[in-house]
Amino acid sequence: MDPHTAPLQGQLNPDALPNADKLLWMFRRISLVRRFEEQLKWLVETGAPVGPVHYSIGQEAVAVGVCAALERDDWIASTHRGHGHCIAKGAEVSPMMAELFGKVSGTNRGKGGSMHMTDLGKGILGVNPIVGAGVAHAVGAALSAKVRKTTQVAVAFFGDGAAGIGTLHECMNMAAIWRLPVVFVCENNGYAQSTPFEYASAVPSVALRAAGYAMPGIEVDGQDVIAVWQAAEAAVRRARGGGGPALVECRTYRYYGHHQTDDTRRYRLPEEEAAARERDCLISLRARLEKLGVASAADLNAIDAHNKAAVEDAVVFARESPLPDASELVTDVYAGEPRRTP
Amino acid sequence: MPAPSPRELSFGQAINEALRQAMRADPTVIVLGEDIAGGAGRAHLGFVDAWGGPMRATRGLIQEFGAERVIDTPISEMGFVGAAVGAAMTGLRPVVEVMFVDLVGMCLDQIANQAAKMHYMMGGKVDVPLVIRTAYGTRDDKRSYGGGAAAHHSQTLYSVLAHFPGLKVVVPSTAYNAKGLTLAAIRDDGPVVVLEHKFLGLHARSLIPEETYTIPIGRAEIKRPGRDVTLVGIGRTVHLCGEAASRLADEGISAEVVDLLTLNPLDEDTVLESVRRTHRLVVVDEDTPVCSVARDVAARVAEKAFDDLDAPIKTVNAADTPVPFAAVLEALYPPRIEQVVAAVRAQLR
Repeated sequence: MDPHTAPLQGQLNPDALPNADKLLWMFRRISLVRRFEEQLKWLVETGAPVGPVHYSIGQEAVAVGVCAALERDDWIASTHRGHGHCIAKGAEVSPMMAELFGKVSGTNRGKGGSMHMTDLGKGILGVNPIVGAGVAHAVGAALSAKVRKTTQVAVAFFGDGAAGIGTLHECMNMAAIWRLPVVFVCENNGYAQSTPFEYASAVPSVALRAAGYAMPGIEVDGQDVIAVWQAAEAAVRRARGGGGPALVECRTYRYYGHHQTDDTRRYRLPEEEAAARERDCLISLRARLEKLGVASAADLNAIDAHNKAAVEDAVVFARESPLPDASELVTDVYAGEPRRTP
Repeated sequence: MPAPSPRELSFGQAINEALRQAMRADPTVIVLGEDIAGGAGRAHLGFVDAWGGPMRATRGLIQEFGAERVIDTPISEMGFVGAAVGAAMTGLRPVVEVMFVDLVGMCLDQIANQAAKMHYMMGGKVDVPLVIRTAYGTRDDKRSYGGGAAAHHSQTLYSVLAHFPGLKVVVPSTAYNAKGLTLAAIRDDGPVVVLEHKFLGLHARSLIPEETYTIPIGRAEIKRPGRDVTLVGIGRTVHLCGEAASRLADEGISAEVVDLLTLNPLDEDTVLESVRRTHRLVVVDEDTPVCSVARDVAARVAEKAFDDLDAPIKTVNAADTPVPFAAVLEALYPPRIEQVVAAVRAQLR
């Protein structure tokens, strides 16, 4: 067995299941991310002014499975494809939707949009569209936890594209030498925009790279929220206990393009896309919950309907919220100095 | 107890004292960077302190504050500056040292895209109380110590950093204002870059009170009052302006010297008031000329005080070249006193 994967795999119990409450929480959150982004997709296609967006539809189980292993005051740093991470960590959909509409009631007062959404109170260090940048913030948060002697853990979400950027490797090394409580979570959806992972990576798995930093690396099925949770839970527990960082690679798939105008037909075969949809994380979790007797089909339908309504309410909230006053252009440039002349 | 008396300290000692006092006062202040602690992990061999960076500013900190707050990093500028941003967002006040400003390209995303913009793009809901200290500059043309580091270890580059809204950029010129600006930077709730000239030497020694004090960020200082021309300097060129003013005084020309101290947000009012009194402006800047702070100051004055000017504004910058190696060439690279004096004479002709 690979010595670097052993410590984490040794703690994994493939039969372990979250309790019923957590399983239902997972379903609620995956469904909420799905409904939120489907609503967003409809808004984009009908011309709503929401700016560039990156849908995570298809990948929801990664965000939700990982955040299911975290406490409220733990931290996450997100990527450009971050709506799912935010919802999974507890951000509310109304201010998120308002942010997409550039409203003052938005998570960032309309100054960040999709690619900068944040809620520090929920432990969200921010969606971040500079590939790999957020990884460093998670490592910094973990350093902060260590210096302040708290038990917080930080999660750095990154994509397979970020596996190519130096920041990630600098950060994995620093986290390892300082034994920081951080978990690196690679959401490998197979494509960096249109560039296939197998073209861009010399090794067939991002998890293999963990060995270079003497940390455990593990690859899991990112379409299976329970498998994601099992790996994340073990890695988070290890990090919280002072065991240092770990890398969890979740193999997943985005159903749509890199962003709203990206045409996947330029680089993906329809057969591949259809096969990926066969393994949908929401549908499979639904079947599992029914089989386990955790919830009935009617219960799950009710949750889904509730989420759909919540997202529609969020759109109403967003549309009815005021736009920023022109004075907002020049506020918040410097901390503690809310206003300056242009 | 007798009142603590001011002592003469060097530039680096003054910064060291600022760091030490800030760390004593606030347990959330940490310092990190390359070779700042020294002997990392080797205390058992007796190595407890080492180089302390180009300014020796972090020497001795690890003995007082321990390796948990005085952190040597690998050579990973993007990683550790980014980690400092994350730490600043989550309850610490990191002071990160980027050994030379020439290395800013290795971490510019974390400085310019992340630290500088975070507060704004998060709608004012996130603070990034981060200080980035970095050394800049070529050697003095009259001294042979140091220098000779050529194009990758001698640049000034503060104009690059001053470009980004949200990032405060300060350039101390003396040990006294280095201590005050460093303490102000650490107390600031936003990101501040402190640029420290490598070769201020004896120019910058100051009598420094033992107690803590701050110099306000965003305010320039009139170093020497004068009537006929305003000389604006930054960092080491403040001393160049002072020497030029002394030389001009011998010719009966009264030059006012303004020390800019902060490049962004820039204290336009002090410069404009001075120019409205003297009616002439020469800006002396060790950075290369294109898109420089000197030209920015010139443009602001031209826009807002054109009618007060009796002569065209002059700017004196470094040569518009990379920094050369050979001592005879390097001596020609930064602004020289003859250029400053000639610029003033041309204005008064």
